Amino acid sequence: MITPELFDHLVELAALELSPTEAEYLRQQLNNQLKALQELVAIPLQESIPPALHGVSFPAEIRPPIREDEWLPSSQVEAILKQAPELDERYIVVPDIPHQDLE
Amino acid sequence: MDLCDYAAYQLAWMIRRKQVSAVEVLESTLNRIAAVDGVPGRLDGGQDTEPDKIHAFITLTAERARQQAQRIDQAIQAGEEVGPLAGVPFTVKDIFCVEGTPSTAASKILSNFVAPYTATPVARAEQAGGIMLGKVNLDEFTFGSSNESSAYRPSPRNPWNTARVPGGSSGGSAAAVAAGEGCLSIGTDTAGSIRQPAAFCGVVGLKPTYGRVSRYGLIAFGSSLDCPGPLARNVSDAALLLQVMSGADPHDSTAANFPVPDYVTDLEKPIRGLRIGLSPDYFRITYVEGESGELAQQPVPEDYQQAIYRVAGRLAEMGADIIEDVPMPHTKYSIPAYFVISRVEAASNLHRYDGVKYGYRTKQPVHDLREMYRKTRGEGFGLQPKLRILMGMYVSAAQYSEQYYMRALRVRTLIRRDFEAIFDPQGKYRLHALLTPTTPTTAFPIAQVYGDSVLMQFADQLTVAANHAGVPAISFPCGFDPEGLPYGAQLIGADFSEDLLLRIARNYEIVTESDQWRKRIPPILQNL
Repeated sequence: MITPELFDHLVELAALELSPTEAEYLRQQLNNQLKALQELVAIPLQESIPPALHGVSFPAEIRPPIREDEWLPSSQVEAILKQAPELDERYIVVPDIPHQDLE
Repeated sequence: MDLCDYAAYQLAWMIRRKQVSAVEVLESTLNRIAAVDGVPGRLDGGQDTEPDKIHAFITLTAERARQQAQRIDQAIQAGEEVGPLAGVPFTVKDIFCVEGTPSTAASKILSNFVAPYTATPVARAEQAGGIMLGKVNLDEFTFGSSNESSAYRPSPRNPWNTARVPGGSSGGSAAAVAAGEGCLSIGTDTAGSIRQPAAFCGVVGLKPTYGRVSRYGLIAFGSSLDCPGPLARNVSDAALLLQVMSGADPHDSTAANFPVPDYVTDLEKPIRGLRIGLSPDYFRITYVEGESGELAQQPVPEDYQQAIYRVAGRLAEMGADIIEDVPMPHTKYSIPAYFVISRVEAASNLHRYDGVKYGYRTKQPVHDLREMYRKTRGEGFGLQPKLRILMGMYVSAAQYSEQYYMRALRVRTLIRRDFEAIFDPQGKYRLHALLTPTTPTTAFPIAQVYGDSVLMQFADQLTVAANHAGVPAISFPCGFDPEGLPYGAQLIGADFSEDLLLRIARNYEIVTESDQWRKRIPPILQNL
């Protein structure tokens, strides 16, 4: 059960700001989804069953090698920079970054 | 019948022989869009605007398409070699980046994002001569099964009955293809997002094997589940598009280095002796009852079951062996496992949208960066992304991840083993494919399910196991229910067996070619 307190904590971690109506709806839906997960928690699982990160096995013969980490020039630098919400010349501007002074 | 109603393979053939020009085909398609689509989806649009139109598009790029079509015509006039899709109009689900086009994911948070590069599957379709018409609507970030969660409204409607949903999340793709707004569409399937809307709209949709088609340039949802794939009005066209999209890609290390067979040439090879299974576990759905949280089971509606048994009968006429009572015992855990795995992956993928480098940023005054993140994400994301982020954070939190996330990944192994057992060439069943209904029901009415996130998820119950297992699956139309809505039949196969699935589905088209139901066209096209 996700209590209002736990919910607020998740919202903070998720970096979201919610209206009270949104928050109420979302918390209720989350709890409904958790009910649907009771079944998952109840499945008998032998210790020997490994987790699967994806379904298809990728044996070496069909797995492409990781490519070199190479620097490649882009022809789109200006177009990409233009999409930044706030620019100062070629720097992207953000509001103050919260920080603590180290002693 | 207009030019835009022809099959992609017919148009490609006619264009190459100069019987018709790419520009003429394009203009016919643009006329169709003008006649049936109505206003495109907009952030400030209303859901009830023009309720008798399709509204498949978010962005129509007619001028870009005209330039592409002219280039194809010039190349053909000059006697140059052109690709297999030369002059064939197609649409792209707006979850793919296409250079120079708004690439929105149907979300406010990407509403001002113009992609600086093109996704590999789209680039390959364009290199093959395909004419990209524009970007079509979807559930926000693909999170849904009805398109009603799109931030771009009105959301698409079903061409067979505009009071019904087109399915989702590739709902714009399926609706566009069904209404002649482009012969083909490139969609994505994470839990059924190609197959379910294909079934609802009476078209063909194929989810390839995970790794068959590159995900480069696809805005990610569930990275271990997402598969780009084709939607088309017939099996041959789906094969044609899959052919050009498939294969390894240096930009995606999960795009398998596995040879791409010829999907087109052997489509009509007989299916005599192929073993096709039916499983009782795919003729019922298991769901959680509203308030009580108790598990309940319900059979797929009798008329839908009969439609699938009729498909089995017709395939048997073609010489296939039908194997009944194939056990798929872990199918019923697919949705609960998906609730966990997809949410964790979605939450991780959605952290990048923060209003810093691109996309939407809040206009409200803020004191610091954290507050800018919170307001930007609070205003930019709709309810469905927020729900997935919160759920993903909860089930992967240190204190719960053993109970939920790790457990879901182990259940995924069991789901995978069900498929390995039935497709094992030395096993008891030795199947070439499993035949199932694609969906638990035909297309449901707009506003009937949306809002209940648990009920909506269960729309994917018969499709999502293939995503967990990574195996390929195709949905194809197999008749209509008493209300005139299409039924979809699904074939699921072993890894990289797309060629077999396409062949079986094409054989079904051949044996049902003169059936009365094949002559039906969507009501919206009847009085054009």
